[in-house]
Amino acid sequence: MKDKVLMKGNEAIAEAAIKAGCRHYFGYPITPQTEIAAYMAKRMPKIGGTFLQAESEIAAINMVYGVAACGLRVMTSSSSPGVSLKQEGISYIAGADLPALIVNVQRGGPGLGGIQPSQSDYFQATKGGGHCDYHLIVLAPASVQEMADLTIKGFDLADKYRVPTMLLSDGTLGQMMEPVELPDVTPVKVEKPWAVTGTKNEREHNIVNSLYLKPEILEKTNIERYERYALIEKEEVMYEEFMMDDAEYCVVAYGIASRVSKNAVLKARAEGVKVGLIRPITLWPFPADALKKASDKVKAFVTVELSMGQMIEDVRLAIECKKPVVLCNRTGGMIPTPEEVLESIINLAKEVK
Amino acid sequence: MKTVFSKPKALTNAPLHYCPGCTHGIIHRLVAEAIDELGILGKTVGVAPVGCSVMAYDYFACDMVEAAHGRAPAVATGLKRAMPDNVIFTYQGDGDLASIGMAETIHAATRNENITIIFVNNAIYGMTGGQMAPTSLPGQVTQTSPYGRDVSACGLPIKVSELLASLDAPYYIERVAVNNVKNIRNAKKAILKAFKNQTENKGFSLVEVVSTCPTNWGMTPQNALKWVDEKMIPYYPLGVYKDKGAEEKEDK
Repeated sequence: MKDKVLMKGNEAIAEAAIKAGCRHYFGYPITPQTEIAAYMAKRMPKIGGTFLQAESEIAAINMVYGVAACGLRVMTSSSSPGVSLKQEGISYIAGADLPALIVNVQRGGPGLGGIQPSQSDYFQATKGGGHCDYHLIVLAPASVQEMADLTIKGFDLADKYRVPTMLLSDGTLGQMMEPVELPDVTPVKVEKPWAVTGTKNEREHNIVNSLYLKPEILEKTNIERYERYALIEKEEVMYEEFMMDDAEYCVVAYGIASRVSKNAVLKARAEGVKVGLIRPITLWPFPADALKKASDKVKAFVTVELSMGQMIEDVRLAIECKKPVVLCNRTGGMIPTPEEVLESIINLAKEVK
Repeated sequence: MKTVFSKPKALTNAPLHYCPGCTHGIIHRLVAEAIDELGILGKTVGVAPVGCSVMAYDYFACDMVEAAHGRAPAVATGLKRAMPDNVIFTYQGDGDLASIGMAETIHAATRNENITIIFVNNAIYGMTGGQMAPTSLPGQVTQTSPYGRDVSACGLPIKVSELLASLDAPYYIERVAVNNVKNIRNAKKAILKAFKNQTENKGFSLVEVVSTCPTNWGMTPQNALKWVDEKMIPYYPLGVYKDKGAEEKEDK
């Protein structure tokens, strides 16, 4: 086994990206993710990589677009208001079928909001975010270890499907320190014959583009992309089940909310309530089948979120509203305590027998 | 048989979509000739803008990327940082470069990013049907300044070359025009130099090309060329605004 090191979540993302072969990082300072930029500023010059502090998040994501067009692994990171600014570029990256990693270390909002952790960019991340028909692959780490592992996974998935991937984290995971084992990575080698590396006078010119003035062609590109999305939905769903074998109630939570929820599940079990947890690791594709299966045996669901209730809509859709779903939430940078989640579970068990 | 004239290799065979009398075609040709003469076609990557020249990616035979409106200098920065040995150019209009993309333009310039920018200034948004541009002249009638550009409400035009030349970092900035043979020959020299600078790792080179838009100016092509002489050039004087190469020579 490799040695574990104590790292901040944000730093684990940065080092894992380097391990995954990312040599180009573009960012703009914003709390609570700036450690990623600071780490890259230190490391990249020493390994022949590029760290560039862009003039804006808009410029940063377009620099990402440029490197991705060359077929190289590239990333940017930001926090909620900054990720809003990147949405134009993300839509272009999706429309041009380029692989790239975008990290969102979420903070409370809307508007300038605050700098404390949040999960209120769920809709933006999982439903597209920018304009028109597209998805990102959205990965939701719940520990510093997963910040590293899912960063590496994110690059691989992006390359494999030519789809931009988002690591959807939050201020708690970004700032907290945990022991982490950074694996040695052999990046999955993917041929990129579409890359604009120069024709070398040996082939026709490549064009990286999302403009199709003929609607029948644009429609075709969208349909082809959604066929890839269907494959991703079939092949790449990830989730964790915790104490679900005999569960009568199911907590659904991701990221930092799932850490709090696990404690609450254990406390509820101690009080005799048979409750389990389903933790989506991919938020898109959403583990709808796992939830649907659970809905056949549990009596009710509670989603725990650091938002006014966003993932709850996907839970209801997944289970086709067959069972009650209630929300346990804090927002604006507040985090529910295990006791608050426990109270929700106990109340639910009383109401839905 | 001796060939006296041919299409540059850096242009594809795609027919250009530009309006009759528009000078984009001339500027495309000058860019392509420069690429041919430097023998860099195989390692050149161009960035097309949003605007009339949005489909430049079909016309240049090198690898091409289509950028979002105004973002070409940021995309070019990514391309150059990823592949420093390639030659990267952007081809942008006045709305793209001087309005929505001003931040990207100024910051690429101040980083002395080793890229080449061809900036086509025709004082109007052509693609969307003739709206006021940041470079529209005082009093100029457009779709969104139907009573003439009112400088009390819209301010005065931005002189991009003068603005960028006020920065310490950029290497080479020149304004040219393509409304007569003499000016076209000068424009060719400037564009060639802007590409050559990059191959010699000199840094940021921008050529502002004063251009026409007969369709949206509501003029015949001949009158549009005359309007460049009578109205545009007096407001946007031609010449070299920054040339660090020449400054270095003088210092010696």
